[in-house]
Amino acid sequence: MILLNSIAVGLKEIWAHKSRSFLTMLGIILGVTSLVGMSAIIKGMENGMKETMVAMGGVDKVLVRPQAVPAWQDHLADSAPGRTLVDVEALRRSAPLLRVVSPEMALDDVTLSRGDKRTEPSECVGGWPAVLEMNLHTVAHGRFFNEIDEEEARPVCVIGTGIRDELFGKPDDVGREIIPVGETIQINGQPFVIVGMFQEYMGEQEAKERARQREQKDNPAEVGGPKRSRGWGKKGGWAFWRKNMIVYIPLNTAWIRFRSGGTTLNSVPDPRLTDIDIKVADFSRLEETLQQAKNVMLLTHQGIEDFTFETQENQVESINKQIQNARISGGLIAGISLLVGGIGIMNIMLASINERVREIGICKAVGATGANIFIQILIESAVLAVIGGLLGLGGSELFVDLLAKVTPSSNSPMITRNAELVAVAFSAAVGVLAGVLPAIKAARFSPIEALRYE
Amino acid sequence: MALLQLRSVSKIYHLGGEEIRALDDVTLDIGTGEFVSIIGPSGSGKSTLMHILGCLDTPSHGTVTLDGIPVQQATARELAHVRNRKIGFVFQFFNLLPKLNVVQNVELPMIYAGIGGRERRRRAEHALDLVEMGHRLKNRPSQLSGGQQQRVAIARALVNDPKIIFADEPTGNLDTHTGEVILSLFRRLSEEGRTIIIVTHNPEIAAVTPRRIEIRNGKIAERVDERLAGLDRAAAQSQSGPAPSSA
Repeated sequence: MILLNSIAVGLKEIWAHKSRSFLTMLGIILGVTSLVGMSAIIKGMENGMKETMVAMGGVDKVLVRPQAVPAWQDHLADSAPGRTLVDVEALRRSAPLLRVVSPEMALDDVTLSRGDKRTEPSECVGGWPAVLEMNLHTVAHGRFFNEIDEEEARPVCVIGTGIRDELFGKPDDVGREIIPVGETIQINGQPFVIVGMFQEYMGEQEAKERARQREQKDNPAEVGGPKRSRGWGKKGGWAFWRKNMIVYIPLNTAWIRFRSGGTTLNSVPDPRLTDIDIKVADFSRLEETLQQAKNVMLLTHQGIEDFTFETQENQVESINKQIQNARISGGLIAGISLLVGGIGIMNIMLASINERVREIGICKAVGATGANIFIQILIESAVLAVIGGLLGLGGSELFVDLLAKVTPSSNSPMITRNAELVAVAFSAAVGVLAGVLPAIKAARFSPIEALRYE
Repeated sequence: MALLQLRSVSKIYHLGGEEIRALDDVTLDIGTGEFVSIIGPSGSGKSTLMHILGCLDTPSHGTVTLDGIPVQQATARELAHVRNRKIGFVFQFFNLLPKLNVVQNVELPMIYAGIGGRERRRRAEHALDLVEMGHRLKNRPSQLSGGQQQRVAIARALVNDPKIIFADEPTGNLDTHTGEVILSLFRRLSEEGRTIIIVTHNPEIAAVTPRRIEIRNGKIAERVDERLAGLDRAAAQSQSGPAPSSA
């Protein structure tokens, strides 16, 4: 009863001093906006990072990386063999804990051309069919190259949709989706037949946006303004762009056609691979598996440790760490601004009770106890803070919309229900805490003094 | 037993080490249904007496019994309850809450008494009808004249059906005519059997009440000063009634 009434009186009090109340609330509004906005940004970052990681091959992928030989092997540095197909064969035969071993030989400075159109892929890689599973590719049209293509070093390639867009035209521009399987393109001047094309990779956010645009397209009311050109960084994120702009050719083809002759006049053929990627059969036995792979490779490298393993686990860890750091610093900043908002409320409540000494005296004279007054002031303060908090939620909605327009779509900020709950609960708590001191002060007013006060 | 009993009540203030006896050994009985005025010059201690009678304050020494309840040792919380249920206050400056409308102002004491919303509204409207303010329920105090505000304040004092109504200079801030109307309202309430105590320094009001208590230097005066009590004028005006003149 008294509680409901106190809330009503609190609202009236706020309404009676609209601009003052709004200014007081502004602290809380901004605090909540920054708290929710910050967590939305972090959530967006997290989503983007996780999607990127999956696009790059998933958690169970391990990269065998080159590494400078350790100090005690310095004198052996010149005989370090690097990562070659010998390692790949050895790993395949002698490391049963590995599920997939995928060698890659990337070519530098590749230009693709068809007629008068040319483009540079993100990567032109000679690989084995295993690369498909390794990098989580899906062939949407045609086929991937097989062991026979590899064996005979056939001039065939599988491309991402980005390459198709550049050399044959985007579906949006052409009006239909071109599937260039069977067509011939030039890789650094040498003709290659496209045998397959991957599906188009994109982030969740972008997929949603596409679906929306498609819907809008059915609606002829849409007026086409000048086309906005967006940088590659914005188009679905770097990882997806990279995955769509890839060209795969058989490893043997890459070796025979581009590497075995050496690149310059006096160079020798370089049989070193640019990448060996492995996938572990059982993620829970990661350590064991890596030890096994290391043992095998130490053998093929005559004990020279010019390689190391880079797991995605490290990636995950670093992503989590980054997110945690962002959360702590963001939360701290938002917390401080909420606290400042609370101090603003306390200040205004102190001013307010000093203005209302007489009013409080009247209430006491007609029978209000100190507890009644205490609760009244506390509720007013809490109501002020909660309204500020709710307005802040609206503010954060606007803020996040604004942010979404300027950030890459793959990690556009996302408001979580949890963050909103925490923000409102926190602002209510701040309001109650801010009210305690003024409420105690008001409850202690003696009715006589309060009535005498002019 | 009298409704209000004061036995050797003293109130002592300490101001900078100096002892000030605002009330000095006051013994007083006020019975149910009495219409009393407390008079005295400024600084005589009549406000202090009124605060103690009205349970706004507790005495330094002595006992105060209100309706059988000893209140001299009561805590602030207990005093608040006694004020809420047994006492109604009417003040010189009306003291209505400016943000509440008329009926909400009258409901205020009942909120602290924990009375439900519908019952509250019914009783508030009834009390306002008694003071002939039933037609201005939704008005703000600032939209009313002084006399109307004081009538609302009286309705607020009546609404919890208290044993005693205290009025502190109830006509002090009103013009003569309005003052008369308010005063006659008190008389009517007194005739209905309510106990009313008016604190005033206005002799014309004191002249109306059957019993007058004069405070001088913190003590009850043996004999009431006739000039102060308006008796000289009352006698002069014969039986035509104690109608106060604006002279």
